[in-house]
Amino acid sequence: MCDPMSMATEAVRSSAQHAWFSDEVQSLLPKLYGAAVKLCRDRTNAEDLVAEALTRAWAKLPTLADRGTFQGWLFRILTNVYISQYRAARVRPEEEYLGVDAENFSIFERIHQPILLWWGNPEQEFFDGLLRSDLQAALDSLPEPYRSAVVLVDVYELSYRDAGAALDVPVGTVRSRLSRGRALMQKHLWQYAGPGHGPAQGKGERE
Amino acid sequence: MKPTSITSCEEAIRVLAEHLDHELGGRLEAELNAHLETCRSCCSRAEFERELKARIRGLGAEPLDQDVAGRVQALLRSFADTPTP
Ligand SMILES: [Zn+2]
Repeated sequence: MCDPMSMATEAVRSSAQHAWFSDEVQSLLPKLYGAAVKLCRDRTNAEDLVAEALTRAWAKLPTLADRGTFQGWLFRILTNVYISQYRAARVRPEEEYLGVDAENFSIFERIHQPILLWWGNPEQEFFDGLLRSDLQAALDSLPEPYRSAVVLVDVYELSYRDAGAALDVPVGTVRSRLSRGRALMQKHLWQYAGPGHGPAQGKGERE
Repeated sequence: MKPTSITSCEEAIRVLAEHLDHELGGRLEAELNAHLETCRSCCSRAEFERELKARIRGLGAEPLDQDVAGRVQALLRSFADTPTP
């Protein structure tokens, strides 16, 4: 244990490990911080969340078997910290029936009408008028547990399985949260960025 | 919930999200692809949902301000003194 030779080897390994960890974290940071901002909806809390997740990740690094899975592993830790925080705050997001209109809301069904198709391409016009800030507001409007499912799968492209592991729920729950979350997002977009709002205004009159 | 076979637009729409998420696979995936090739309405819907998903994905990158980058760098440096157990 106190053999100076093995302690020196230990120090070298640890410093190589530290350099590797630092490099990986720095390259993933914009993504990691982005996910934290989307989960917390607040930059200060997001910074604290990232710091806490990185501290845990460094402590748990020896349990990471395959370095190729680092990104998913780090996202899972971030999500776990986030979930444990809102649990600690006694916020208990529940799956709830949102009503038939919200559960199935589809922008496509609203705009893909024969009468509108006469006048051009309503889908394209919808996208032309859609701003990044509209999308961000729609995502922020989602309550938990729907927001984290949409953030992980739609923004960060996790598989249902990985999202389920990160959120500690079965794949079927990920699927239903996504479905409700996306419908709610579309409803929000329709209300705030649909035809008749912002840059999309007066589309019908344009030649 | 999930249909066992795609014989209508309603059933196609029910599995569309999983298809766009690359989570469908198997026979339903093949049947849906066949349906999308022959049904203009479902094909347009698939295009629409795919585009919307791509726009949402575009929200991913968050501009890092110097404070955050600096704080994380300081944190990482402090880990050098606390080797992993
Ligand atoms: Zn169809």
